[in-house]
Amino acid sequence: MTTMTTGDLWFCLLAFMGIMYVILDGFDLGAGAVHLLVARSDAERRLVLRSIGPVWDGNEVWLIAAGGTLFFAFPALYAASFSGFYLPLMIVLWLLMLRGIAIEFRNHLDSPAWTPAWDVVFSASSLLLALFYGVALGNVVRGVPLTGEGWFFEPLWTDLRVAPEPGIFDWYTVSVGLTALAALVLHGALWLHCKTEGALQARARHIADRAWWSTFGLTVLITIFTWIVQPQLSVNAAAHPWGFVFPLAAATGLFGVRRQLARGAETSSFLASCAYLAGMLASAAFSVHPFVLPTIGDASNALTVDSAAAPRAGLEIALVWWLPGIVLAVVYALYVYRRFRGKVRLEAGWVPSA
Amino acid sequence: MDAVAAHRIHFAFTASYHYLFPQLTIGLGLLIVILKTVALRTGDAHYDDAARFWGRIFAITFAMGVATGIPLEFQFGTNWSRFSRAAGGVIGQTLALEGVYAFFLESSFLGLFLYGEARLGRRGHWLAAVLLFLGSWLSGYFIIATNAWMQYPVGHVRGASGQFELQSLAALLLNPWALPQYAHTMSAAVVTGCFVMASIGAYYLIVDEHAAYGRTFVRLGVVVGLAATWLQIFPTGDAQGRMVALHQPVTLAAMEGLFQSEEGAPLAILGQPDVPNRRLDNPLLVPRALSFLTYRRWTARVEGLDAFPEDAWPDNIALLYYCYHIMVGLGTIFVAITSLAAWQLWRGALFRSRPMLWVLMLSLPFPFIANTAGWATAELGRQPWVIYGLMRTAEGSSPLVSAGNALFTLLGFAGLYALLTILALFLVSREIVHGPGPDQAADPVG
Repeated sequence: MTTMTTGDLWFCLLAFMGIMYVILDGFDLGAGAVHLLVARSDAERRLVLRSIGPVWDGNEVWLIAAGGTLFFAFPALYAASFSGFYLPLMIVLWLLMLRGIAIEFRNHLDSPAWTPAWDVVFSASSLLLALFYGVALGNVVRGVPLTGEGWFFEPLWTDLRVAPEPGIFDWYTVSVGLTALAALVLHGALWLHCKTEGALQARARHIADRAWWSTFGLTVLITIFTWIVQPQLSVNAAAHPWGFVFPLAAATGLFGVRRQLARGAETSSFLASCAYLAGMLASAAFSVHPFVLPTIGDASNALTVDSAAAPRAGLEIALVWWLPGIVLAVVYALYVYRRFRGKVRLEAGWVPSA
Repeated sequence: MDAVAAHRIHFAFTASYHYLFPQLTIGLGLLIVILKTVALRTGDAHYDDAARFWGRIFAITFAMGVATGIPLEFQFGTNWSRFSRAAGGVIGQTLALEGVYAFFLESSFLGLFLYGEARLGRRGHWLAAVLLFLGSWLSGYFIIATNAWMQYPVGHVRGASGQFELQSLAALLLNPWALPQYAHTMSAAVVTGCFVMASIGAYYLIVDEHAAYGRTFVRLGVVVGLAATWLQIFPTGDAQGRMVALHQPVTLAAMEGLFQSEEGAPLAILGQPDVPNRRLDNPLLVPRALSFLTYRRWTARVEGLDAFPEDAWPDNIALLYYCYHIMVGLGTIFVAITSLAAWQLWRGALFRSRPMLWVLMLSLPFPFIANTAGWATAELGRQPWVIYGLMRTAEGSSPLVSAGNALFTLLGFAGLYALLTILALFLVSREIVHGPGPDQAADPVG
């Protein structure tokens, strides 16, 4: 990146939005994935939901806002990837809908014929979303079979091999998916560790300990796999050695989680997990740049920052409104998180139903 | 089924279903602010309780709106990739503006509105309601600006590759098409909110439960509804119609079922378009009225469909005609209902008038139908174009997503939405049966 174009700037801003989304919605997805495991009684499950209740929707808006930003900044990428990933994207949308409804509807009715069903829907959809997000990221890093017209359509699976006719699921993308699941389980357990007390907190901590080892092992594996699968990574690493700062941040974060957790530092271990996620995603962005959608097959068909970016005039116009808007969004988030800070507790008057 | 048809039904279904919910939250958002304002000024807890009751219905509706709205942000890319690639640089901006300026605001303050009444105090809670209302109305503006650009594209230039490039954000946001369309759409949403509120109030009065709240709901619904239903016709509906006449004259001809150009054209109140034979069967006509409404002159010439080449005609004239007539017909009936009810309210007779209470109670579904028919009119009227005059709908779909795949996901959405409908109706009806009251302070989640 000797000269940074407007397109490159938007590439970085989009990576920032993606990181914000994964850090924020990541903890409520992770909390959902472990919901059934960490919380045994109805009271504990209420606490898990209460810890994310006022914030999960705002967290998810980062995904919607990133989708909109991708749409205007890189229309060709938005169009090619969303139509090419048609089936998994639709499944992700269904999961997001079910999950949102489960969170919002669960506590409208206090009945043993109602709440357990929503607990399962909430947990299963959270778990599958974490997995799918990882698989999606794996697909982008690996590349897709783009045609000369700039389109592709991937089936859900073919022969589970990376090339020449890949599916959404192959050994590489599934390994990235499992890593994402482990990392978000860790992240979510650390969030619950911050927000709860007593037996629930102890269980969250136990899950975080286990998930740390899975995350560590899988991170090492997919790092090796990515060097094999995406040749652009070695090109970029050789050309821009400063890029090692991103995997370094991820590693520091991951070991930081271990250290802070051993000290029992609740907030610091969660923040270290944020650093790990940010470092991993920034590493992924760094490894594919200047591609935004690498290709399997004819490399000249790949979408790059320049070929996918919208014309410059529009991108410059957008900077004027986008930056203050995002500052506002961060201010709202800080305000809401401050308002709902501290441990979650049930109301004094609340009694479990028979 | 050809792929373009599958993609069109897919979008029409998911968008129409989605909009059942935002129209209610847009309308209720305003009514809740009014209730909270009265509560703040009078200090009367009755209005706080009333606002809290509607807040709970708002929450269920909002959750449905968020859940069913997520696919829309992504569906341009999944099903309309050629359109998205060409136009993303323009309409992507209004959609992202909605995410950045409206959704962050709404999602932050919904939590505070629903869970924060005790923490925020009266003024703080009032402010949360106002910001929530502002967020939903802002969201509406960006969506209208997006649709207005597809109806009447402005503020862009066309690049060498056929891509649309944004030249002026101000032109895009102040599109002359957007202003009447926004006013018309928002007051239509207020009509929905008012009819729902008045309907539930009327129910409480008929069954004689929560009667004090019932009177508040009916009064507020009827008074605000009176203004909104009249605004629907004039000036907003009239201004929108004149926009169509000016910029989409062939659409106007199809909406009105006017096959032949005429001086002193009549307005068709009823009748069935027979497109192959170019005529309206069983017509009930008001002589010269269409000329007057369109051009303010009884003898003005209105172009019929015969004045335009057939490949410029909307591709489903009959459905467009019916949707438009359903919208206008219901809108007129709404004016009659709110005017009569307001007159009875003025005379102090409304709460004792059983027939009027029954009419109000049963009117609940009709604003939803009118709103849906209105959007169908706008979207069918734009055909055969996805960007009016510049890009045909058939040129906009995703080339590699087959009809089979689109049908698969359409059925998936249909199944999911059927389930969600049952659940949402179940929860809302529980809230209604339970009713408002001071014992409703418990927060809904957690």
